[in-house]
Amino acid sequence: MESAMTLTSNTLVYFVALPLLSSALLLLLGRRADRWGHVLATTVAGATFVFGLIELFAMVGRDEYSRAVHQKVFTWISVGSFQVDAALLLDQLSICFVLLITGVGTLIHIYSIAYMADDPDRRRFFAYLNLFIAAMLLLVLGDSFLNLYVGWEGVGLASYLLIGFWNKKAEYATAAKKAFVANRVGDLGLSIAIMIAFAVFGTVTFKGIEEQAESASQAAMVAIGLMLLLAAAGKSAQFPLQSWLGDAMAGPTPVSALIHAATMVTAGVYLIVRSNFIFDNAPTAQFVVVLVGAITLIFGALIGMAKDDIKKALAASTMSQIGYMVLAAGLGPIGYAFAIMHLLTHGFFKAGMFLGAGSVMHGMNDEVNMRRYGGLARYMPITMVTFGLGYLAIIGVPPFAGFYSKDKIIEAAFNLGGTKGIIFGSLTLLGAVITAFYMTRVFMMTFLGKKRWSDGAHPHESPFLMWAPMVLLAVGSVASGFLLYSGKRLEYWLKPVVDKHGHSHEEFLSHTTVTTLALSAVAIGVAIAIMKYRGDVPTTAPENVSPLTKAARRDLLQDDFNEAVLMRPGQALTKVLVATDEKVIDGAVRVVAGAAVGSARGLRTIQSGYVRNYALLILLGVAVLIAAVWVITA
Amino acid sequence: MDISYYLYLSAILFTIGAVGVVIRRNAIVMFMCIELMLNAANLSFVTFARINGNLEGQMVAFFTMVVAACEVVVGLAIIVMIYRSRRSASVDDASLLRR
Amino acid sequence: MSTLTILGILPLIGALIVATLGKSDARRAKLVAFATSIITALYAIVVAIGFQIDRPGFQFVESREWIPAFGITYGVGVDGLSLVMILLAVILVPIVILAGWDEAEGGRWSAKTFYILILILETMMIGVFAATDLFLFYVFFEAMLIPVYFLIGGYGSGERIQAAVKFLLYSLFGGLLMLASMIGLYVMANDQIGKTFDISALSRLEMSSTTEHLLFLGFFIAFAIKAPLWPVHTWLPDAAKSATPGTSVLLLGVLDKVGTFGMIRYCLELFPNASKTFTPFIITLAVISIIYGAFLAIGQKEIKRLIAFTSISHFGFIVMGIFAMTTQGHSGSALYMVNHGFSTAALFLVAGWMIKRRGSSLIADFGGLQRVTPVMAWSFFIAGLSGLALPGLSSFVSEILVLVGTYTRYPVAAVIGGIGIILAALYILIPVQRTLHGPTAPGNENLADLNLREKIAIAPVIALIVLLGFYPKPALDLINPVAETTIAKSGFTDPAPTVGSERR
Repeated sequence: MESAMTLTSNTLVYFVALPLLSSALLLLLGRRADRWGHVLATTVAGATFVFGLIELFAMVGRDEYSRAVHQKVFTWISVGSFQVDAALLLDQLSICFVLLITGVGTLIHIYSIAYMADDPDRRRFFAYLNLFIAAMLLLVLGDSFLNLYVGWEGVGLASYLLIGFWNKKAEYATAAKKAFVANRVGDLGLSIAIMIAFAVFGTVTFKGIEEQAESASQAAMVAIGLMLLLAAAGKSAQFPLQSWLGDAMAGPTPVSALIHAATMVTAGVYLIVRSNFIFDNAPTAQFVVVLVGAITLIFGALIGMAKDDIKKALAASTMSQIGYMVLAAGLGPIGYAFAIMHLLTHGFFKAGMFLGAGSVMHGMNDEVNMRRYGGLARYMPITMVTFGLGYLAIIGVPPFAGFYSKDKIIEAAFNLGGTKGIIFGSLTLLGAVITAFYMTRVFMMTFLGKKRWSDGAHPHESPFLMWAPMVLLAVGSVASGFLLYSGKRLEYWLKPVVDKHGHSHEEFLSHTTVTTLALSAVAIGVAIAIMKYRGDVPTTAPENVSPLTKAARRDLLQDDFNEAVLMRPGQALTKVLVATDEKVIDGAVRVVAGAAVGSARGLRTIQSGYVRNYALLILLGVAVLIAAVWVITA
Repeated sequence: MDISYYLYLSAILFTIGAVGVVIRRNAIVMFMCIELMLNAANLSFVTFARINGNLEGQMVAFFTMVVAACEVVVGLAIIVMIYRSRRSASVDDASLLRR
Repeated sequence: MSTLTILGILPLIGALIVATLGKSDARRAKLVAFATSIITALYAIVVAIGFQIDRPGFQFVESREWIPAFGITYGVGVDGLSLVMILLAVILVPIVILAGWDEAEGGRWSAKTFYILILILETMMIGVFAATDLFLFYVFFEAMLIPVYFLIGGYGSGERIQAAVKFLLYSLFGGLLMLASMIGLYVMANDQIGKTFDISALSRLEMSSTTEHLLFLGFFIAFAIKAPLWPVHTWLPDAAKSATPGTSVLLLGVLDKVGTFGMIRYCLELFPNASKTFTPFIITLAVISIIYGAFLAIGQKEIKRLIAFTSISHFGFIVMGIFAMTTQGHSGSALYMVNHGFSTAALFLVAGWMIKRRGSSLIADFGGLQRVTPVMAWSFFIAGLSGLALPGLSSFVSEILVLVGTYTRYPVAAVIGGIGIILAALYILIPVQRTLHGPTAPGNENLADLNLREKIAIAPVIALIVLLGFYPKPALDLINPVAETTIAKSGFTDPAPTVGSERR
């Protein structure tokens, strides 16, 4: 291992502090900040992006092993050997995220100014957005699992607040709560991972654990790895904790774009890649990561095929694409860089498509049902083009971004080798077919065909503030893949963080073969979709469909499963315990109290109130006493 | 005369007093019975003082008399008050403490 | 007179002044009580500043003969742990008085009596944490019940008398066991070292293991009832439901801490071996409390009972941390006591305002408050987030310390206790959703938001919750030395990291 040098900095804290303070300011000032709140929030987001760019250029200027920057802000928790500093670490991995978060974040801020213009609570919305940016930056900048945890729950809170932003609708409030609780299941995993890490290593910093990672027992590493995976599954909507993501679309669309597509949901991938030193030493855990990724990528794709709600279809697609990333991250050093690459490109095209969806909804009186769209290309040309570029990127058409990133994941999966390689490779290919199918379906149902909307709708193009961010994201969807891929730029950039030892792998299938396979998969998917949706689309969803479609419409029954296995037994248990507390535990206490009262009532009858009775009793008592004394002394 | 006769007399007086307290209802009569018991006890004390040849028993007897006198003062006052309010000196009527 | 005695007497003086006021002069009684509590709090802060962190043992010590026939002294002194508990108490009292400005109305007696009781209670709270003589501790421990009994029974709502009696009987039962154990200790001390109730002297007694176990149980049961631990918890929900919000804050925030404080100070110090023997049993009870309290909280329909059950869950965490016998667990528990005090205070006060405005304490009667009364809703929400130990708020630091500290010795308990993290999200977010979110429920449309007085009362609590979450160092600096000495005295050392000890 080359000795890495870490520079110290005293400016990193502003990444977190600025958005956090602006958020607090907007919340505390209340209505007084209504007029300029969005401007402040957007300026701060933009400033952090510029700040990130400066850091990036400074980093590029240094040599490969001294790029990381570290700042200890203050001693946070210090008890015995448990020492945790509030400290930030900016290295090659985190800078990718910083730029993604602040870059996409700024664009979405700008978009939201127009999108939320009519909402009386726009200031509160921007306060939440900045809270999210602060938490997400802390998540990727924290130098220990505990600092990461703070950001981790912080983004969960921001997501909760934003999903439930329009919580006047009861089901939106429920969706927010569901997201938070599902995330908390994951958080339990992270807590347990922290507990094990401290018991095993005596520290929770990434650096401290990495240094000792090789000498830890296999069992401990697998345990930590699996717990981290649980955390990642909660945050990144991976199987079996994925069911909250679809409901999370209750939030305003910019939120879905920023949090539930581009950034927060990919935090799980970040966690796995960041913990590479753990997973590299725990092959069993790695295999489970791949498995979860593969299951989710198919799972999400299947759901995506059946959804008529444009946002839910995109959410299912997000789930599936993150499945790709998780799968890649589970492949170890050969996959980490590609997981991050796909994460970045996905950030562009998925955020772009969500903004496009928002733009469509904006023009269609918040209608989300794609069966009520159709033929919108004529009315919303910019939205159609930007959405279209994102669409081409996600299905993996060269030379758009998704082509490079997804292609490399498929290749890496095949290169796992042996049966495993063939199985997972084929699954990624199958995923590509389905992705091509459902994305084509979304595009055709929305923009092509005949108009199916009611007379009340007057579709129109969105204002400049909305389409400008979409255009910029579309540029990213086109160019980011090639930029990151060419010359293995991202691979070399991340190498000092995720692949210190250098790895070699045998090529199982040649690059050309994989590309051919992937492109044919895309072609098949697109072809099927075109054949199926070429004609008229019924405005109500047909009922006579296969059981699989029915299941997919219900999110492949995950909710039903959760309800039957967790919720109902939980509610029953709660009822039983409440009754037990009342009847058995408190009951026992009341029995004791009742016995005391009862015996008192019995003894009270002796107290007749007649003086002679008392006198008689006294007399008898004296007699008994004398008798007793006599017996004892005799 | 055998000194134990005093003790027999004391026991008989005490028994009469005790039975009186238990069976009579008139407060005044019960009161007199109590006095009877006290005096029976006094008789015993004095007798024992005589037997033992010291003054302790006589001292206690005087003590008892003082207490009895106090008791009479308080007790009669109560009885008079009860009689005034209820026109009866029967103790069974005054079983208010029971409730 | 030493500083601590003055601190303890200050509220009493206030109580005397209130007593001289006219019966109908409620307003002046409030003002005097509030001013007294503020002066006491300020004085306590001055005392705390004079506390030397790096000096071991008790500080501000004072010892006078009290009942020499039994070797009983008036002995007071504080270490870091008792100091933070005293600070918690004296900070909460003025907040409680200010928050529940009209709380005494509708009581059986006058407002004057209410404030006399509160101030007397404050003296008792200071005394119970400052006592270094076991007998003195016991006196405060039991005497504290009297003002609380009248506060619940005289000024509460609903079945207040039943709740007060239940509280009193439970506590007296525990106190009786403790008295028996204490007499046992005294008798042994009399045989071995002479008549004394001094804690440090008593902790050096030699005793057979059976004796130690029995005496330990006497103390532990008393403290477990106070804390309260499952299954002797049923008095708490009733008391919390019937008491005024302010009384509930003092009851759950401070008085119940006497139980966990006693476990650290008396159970562990006096009976280290017995503590060791009973640890698995107690940890089990603690884990049951965590999960049981959480489920019960989820199942409640009434806000105040819900908060009471969340506290039972939190007390489970505290007890688990104490008996995990690691520095992290101990410091975490001690910090948890402080944090729980503030977050429960915030929850109860805001819940009290909500209930007073709506005229009902049923969760189902609320809805959509976020739009009607935003400040009140936010206060409730932040207090709730602190209750579910959100990172960045104070409870998180203590909860993760307890979990980490427990895991190094009892991994299974820590993991099961960790499930409480998920359940906490449910028991907080369900009432948050039902009361704050959703459409505005009928009867909620015209509720008034917090007024200035209420804002001033809640602001310091929320500020402390946030501050201690980001920067717990001031509290930890006070607590850590005590945790380290207690662990060392009980004959434990923190488990070392296992890495390297088991090579692959």
